[in-house]
Amino acid sequence: MKKRSFWSWLWIAIGTLYFILPLYSTFDFSLRARKGVLSFLAYERIFKDPNFWSTIEFSLVIAIFTIIVSILLVVPTAYWIRLRLPKLRVMVEFISMLPFVVPAIVLVFGLIRVFSGAPFFLTNTYFGTYVLLVAGYVVLALPFVFRAVDTGLAAIDVRSLTEAAQSLGANWGTIIFRVIFPNLRVAILSSAFLTLATVIGEYTIASFLVGIKGFGPYMSLIGQNKTYESSSLAIISFLLTWAFMGMIQLFNRGKADTSALAGAR
Amino acid sequence: MAYLSLSNVSKVFGATIAVEDFNLEVEKSEFVSFLGPSGCGKTTTLRMIGGFEMPTTGVISLDQEDITYQSPNQRNVGMVFQSYALFPNMTIGQNIGFGLQARKSPEKEIKQKVNEMLALVHLEKHIDKYPYQLSGGQQQRIALARALAINPRVLLLDEPLSALDAKIRVELRLEIRRIQQAMGITTIYVTHDQEEALMLSDRVVVMSQGRMEQIGTPAEIYNYPSTEFVAQFVGQLNLLPVTQVDKVNGSCVLAGQQVKFDHSFNRTISEAPRLAIRPEEIQIGTGEGRNTLKGRVETVMFLGAVVRLRIDLGGAVLSADLFNERNITLPRAGDDVVISFPEHSCWLI
Repeated sequence: MKKRSFWSWLWIAIGTLYFILPLYSTFDFSLRARKGVLSFLAYERIFKDPNFWSTIEFSLVIAIFTIIVSILLVVPTAYWIRLRLPKLRVMVEFISMLPFVVPAIVLVFGLIRVFSGAPFFLTNTYFGTYVLLVAGYVVLALPFVFRAVDTGLAAIDVRSLTEAAQSLGANWGTIIFRVIFPNLRVAILSSAFLTLATVIGEYTIASFLVGIKGFGPYMSLIGQNKTYESSSLAIISFLLTWAFMGMIQLFNRGKADTSALAGAR
Repeated sequence: MAYLSLSNVSKVFGATIAVEDFNLEVEKSEFVSFLGPSGCGKTTTLRMIGGFEMPTTGVISLDQEDITYQSPNQRNVGMVFQSYALFPNMTIGQNIGFGLQARKSPEKEIKQKVNEMLALVHLEKHIDKYPYQLSGGQQQRIALARALAINPRVLLLDEPLSALDAKIRVELRLEIRRIQQAMGITTIYVTHDQEEALMLSDRVVVMSQGRMEQIGTPAEIYNYPSTEFVAQFVGQLNLLPVTQVDKVNGSCVLAGQQVKFDHSFNRTISEAPRLAIRPEEIQIGTGEGRNTLKGRVETVMFLGAVVRLRIDLGGAVLSADLFNERNITLPRAGDDVVISFPEHSCWLI
């Protein structure tokens, strides 16, 4: 028993060091901007940089649009597949996984090639480019959003809830927005935070479509030019992602409590 | 014309015929149960009335209106599901008021109706709770209240008590019957529990393999089953091989002993005829005007209210149910006994 316990702790320690050490080193390095003393100078410089705030604002807005479009696209699709076309589920799940296989660079080149010429000309205007950016991110977020929503739908009795609402006189709009969406709250929030984390730090699509306006290309630029600031930016970015993940955990915990109470009695 | 009518209704799923040439006429305020084993087509028929399945052929009409291809939300038909199907994101009050909100009824009217329905199912105190905070029985009462709140033209119940434990089931079925009679609502009830169907219904439709086997009052179904399936599915039944059948005089030979049977009710008798008799019709001892047979007790099973004896008649074994009493004297396994039953209580299949 003792022997097993030793090995368990050893592996936990190795795993922890593997994740913590690089982070600690980055954090430690980010504090050495002022010679000879540890300080938050690199962080101050980042927070004082107007580009930091403008890029993060831009990426946040794009992320919010991506989340809205993704949810409006995926929730009704996944719902309809569960309700009426269950045989298609495997195929749609496979398609939703394609962004993991197709590199972002291929995706962005494809987008530019198709939508910069007739009849679309989307890249000719800022608005068109932003539309293209959101569209690209919707594709990129598809695996996270579809997975989360589909798992959420599996946890509720979609068919019975739909039929109950129908028998009570509800139309499709009422069913989707008053019954299905509210019951997918946790799944939607999880997918929203995952999308947010992905979009905020995304580099490839942003750099080709909007360049330095995105937070991802800004991080890359800082990394190339400013030694200590790039480390501080990495830590800020990590904390942001961590905060989003923490929020998912928070909402999921709420759900676990409810389902425990909802068990058969 | 009947209030609810199903004419030549069939439903085919791929190569499977789920419901075949189903005809039924239900009067207003009537309580009709669909009774049958799993896969007999009872739920599919109910779902066609609710609009959740479209018939392959046939016509469904309600209150002289053809509703065959109407969508479920246009039919004004209330449905109660086995899984309750309460909306988890809404309180009990919101669940009950959902149908009226979907119809855009005034807030005051919704509130009044919700309170009325909660009083009907005796759950007034739970208006602000969520479904997960209620027991299964309470959730099903709320599901019933929700379905009734919209004043449906027909109430459909799809095995509503199957997920509940035995005691709650008995309580709730009495409650369902009380509410149905109080509101005078036309009700179709799907179940595989014969006791439930017999106790609740004005009429029972027994179904098998997508077809209607028999329709009748509970007493007709139980006492005069028209097919072997109905006789075997509803209640316990002894089926004993007989010889030397005289259909005209209603007599045959069972395990070498003469038996008289009810030949007034015209039934088709198979090539290998069997005598059908319910276990509760058999008595230990003789009686005037009764068939009397000799046998030997094989086993004695105590079932609480009933004691079941297995009696070997010398080749054929039958079950006899005796009502339990505190001072009952029971034969033992191996004892020779004389049993008797009235002529009119047995028939040939």
